[in-house]
Amino acid sequence: MEGLLQVPFLTALLAGAVTAGIPLLLAGLGEQMSEKAGVLNVGIEGMMLGGAYAGFLTAISSGSIWLGFLAGACGGALVAVPMVILCVQRGLNQIVIGIGLTLGLEGLTAILHHVQFSRTYPRLARVETLPIPLLSDIPILGPALFDRHPFVYLAFLLVPALAILYRGTNFGLWLRAAGDRPAALDVTGIDVIATRTVAVIFTGLMAGLGGAFLANVGAGIFVPFMTHGDGFIGVVLAMLARGRAASVLAGAMIFGGCLSLTTAFQIAGVNVPTDVIQMLPFATVMVVLIVFGRQASLPVALGLPYVRGER
Amino acid sequence: MPADTLMAKPHARPQPLAAPLVALRGIGKRFANVVANESIDLELRAGEVHVLLGENGAGKSTLVALLSGLLQPDAGQIIVDGSPMRILSPGAALALGIGTVFQHVMLSPALTVAENLLLGQGWWRRPARAALDQAVGAIARDFGLNVDLDAVTGELSLGEQQQVEIIRGLLRQTRLLIFDESTSMLTPQGIEELGALMRRLVERGLAIVFITHKLDEARRFGDRITVLRLGRKVGEISSERLEALDDASAHQEIVSLMFETIKATGEAVVGKERKRVAMSGKPLLELRDITVTGQSGSTGIEAISLSVWPGEVLGIAGIDGNGQKLIAEAIAGQRRLDSGKITFGGIAIDNLDVGARRKLGIRYLTDDRLSEGSVAAFAVSANLLLKEIGKEPFWSRGFTRTAVIDVHANAQVKEFDVRTPSIRTPIGKLSGGNIQKALLARELFGDARLVIFSKPTYGLDYNNIVTSRRRIAEVGARGIAVILISTDLEEILALSDRIAVMSRGRIAGILENTGDARLAVGGLMVGGALEHG
Repeated sequence: MEGLLQVPFLTALLAGAVTAGIPLLLAGLGEQMSEKAGVLNVGIEGMMLGGAYAGFLTAISSGSIWLGFLAGACGGALVAVPMVILCVQRGLNQIVIGIGLTLGLEGLTAILHHVQFSRTYPRLARVETLPIPLLSDIPILGPALFDRHPFVYLAFLLVPALAILYRGTNFGLWLRAAGDRPAALDVTGIDVIATRTVAVIFTGLMAGLGGAFLANVGAGIFVPFMTHGDGFIGVVLAMLARGRAASVLAGAMIFGGCLSLTTAFQIAGVNVPTDVIQMLPFATVMVVLIVFGRQASLPVALGLPYVRGER
Repeated sequence: MPADTLMAKPHARPQPLAAPLVALRGIGKRFANVVANESIDLELRAGEVHVLLGENGAGKSTLVALLSGLLQPDAGQIIVDGSPMRILSPGAALALGIGTVFQHVMLSPALTVAENLLLGQGWWRRPARAALDQAVGAIARDFGLNVDLDAVTGELSLGEQQQVEIIRGLLRQTRLLIFDESTSMLTPQGIEELGALMRRLVERGLAIVFITHKLDEARRFGDRITVLRLGRKVGEISSERLEALDDASAHQEIVSLMFETIKATGEAVVGKERKRVAMSGKPLLELRDITVTGQSGSTGIEAISLSVWPGEVLGIAGIDGNGQKLIAEAIAGQRRLDSGKITFGGIAIDNLDVGARRKLGIRYLTDDRLSEGSVAAFAVSANLLLKEIGKEPFWSRGFTRTAVIDVHANAQVKEFDVRTPSIRTPIGKLSGGNIQKALLARELFGDARLVIFSKPTYGLDYNNIVTSRRRIAEVGARGIAVILISTDLEEILALSDRIAVMSRGRIAGILENTGDARLAVGGLMVGGALEHG
């Protein structure tokens, strides 16, 4: 146990937390916009898988990690399209459709993986990092935060960007009104359906990027079911964040830390059964929900379809 | 202010009939199996207050929804500036200059007033707060409206929220402004002010549609009156004709158009034998110096002391948002007291919860019938027993005894004349008047000893107002103590034995309801208003 709390362990823990936390961060940020607008997007797990598959396929065949991210975002958004058509425009039950999308994409990507990759198991090379001068030399923090692929920096920059969007623009107000009392938004001449559509597609883009990061940077390989509940953790993060992007970041890093404990323990030479460690993030979800669940304040119209002129 | 509020409508209208700004031709709209509107023709002109008069269910609100782009007509045309238009969305209506002050306030409760007013702007922009302050300031000065832009909308009273909607209508380049039952939440003074406001707006060249079911408002504020009945237009009284008729015959004419079956009896007032309540005995309810803080800036109540004796109807008058609702909630147990004492039947009840107080016989009929008062999606039968769930004889060892519940529901529906297709119909589908009857049935069930009515006739039509007032009088006559909170002074005067007047969260005075009470109560209401104005 003496390996704990020493530099290699902490470095590995923090670096792992970031690597594991980025997909959660992207999923949580994406989900947050949907939830603000009143759409509970349980299909996000499927969107992540779609993004992971499309991102990996593109990266492995083109050799470009950035094309992979682009494809991942498109893949996630593509999975979000049925959610838009069925739930936002037609007003079907969001949870049923969301679960359907998740299960559907699990099956679809598993089959595609089986057909394409199950004999060869192609692997992407480790991504090159872009160390930030000076900052990357800080012990522990440096390697974890400032010696990463540029995508990681961009993901972090999304947090303040979204915070500004929510607090400082009219679109931020529209999102809140769409989730709180859509009719009130509608009568001011703003299209509720369009606002919610943008939000759900954004969720798809973010979840897709998160999935692509997971496959291309985190693992370097695509395997079926690889998102492993990350999308659902994203849903929880968004619910607990009370509408603040920064809270999603904090939550993502905590859960990412739990996920990275496995590797960190191995480096420290501590032998804990991996099953126990892999259970940790979900146990954490339960603890967090018990402790903070009461503080969650959800939009009033969350999960309710909007039909104009209906009382 | 008095000059404004007393401003008479200038009946002399010099200009010849202008071309209508908006005209409806043969408009029809039906839902599933209900005809909401059928072949309605209307012409709305700039500089004219056009009153749409009709009972609940006459199709007024559907017409509003058609004009504001919330619904599309099945038949007929909407003609704007001489050319047929399809108003496909609220945005299209606003672009045409049609603004609406909705009956069921359309504001997002979680946003502040300012944020609600800023909603309709370009998505990328920063909310233009400084410009809004200025614009609202100008409107506030011009029209005597007043709102706190930083207040959270959901914490304002319904009357205050309505002011926000009016301001929202005025902030846009509106040419036609629709007021959908806007007086139903207002005090007599507020109604006069709204009338004066509409007059100022039409003088500036706006066209106004004013929807109401109150005859005297239609007559006093309208230049032209269209009467709707069961979705059809049954008559129109032009401005010339309105001018030519004297009060009594205009009244007679409108009433006969509106209610063929009802005689023109004038005001919907139940005559009341005012009795002296034996105030020598012990009061049933006693509030001593109770204080409750208002939520984030709204008016709280301070040092309220009053007593109610069995069989007495105590009216609480006052302008909306002066703390009346807090008194009701404090007595019912929905609010914690900051200080003070409440005794009921000799026991201190300040620390009892809502259920325990109900058991003691305290009943509260909220004015918020649909969200606080009932579960809209539940059947009428379930709503009738909402506060008895799990109790014998309707539930037994955890099982629901549907047969017993149905017998109870049928009896209650019959006794209280709740017009519902079936006891299984979700209560949200009923009209306001029938929901009110169902709530009354529920609250009077069991041993009621004190019933608090909060704005019991708000939003109801003529027939239901008469019925509701009769019920309230009967409750008092049965020896039950009644607290009647209302912003309708006529209602208070018609039903109360004593009248307490609220102003700025305090009781401005408690009077016997004798012949000259009207002036005294009005004086206290206005006096209080002047004090803080």
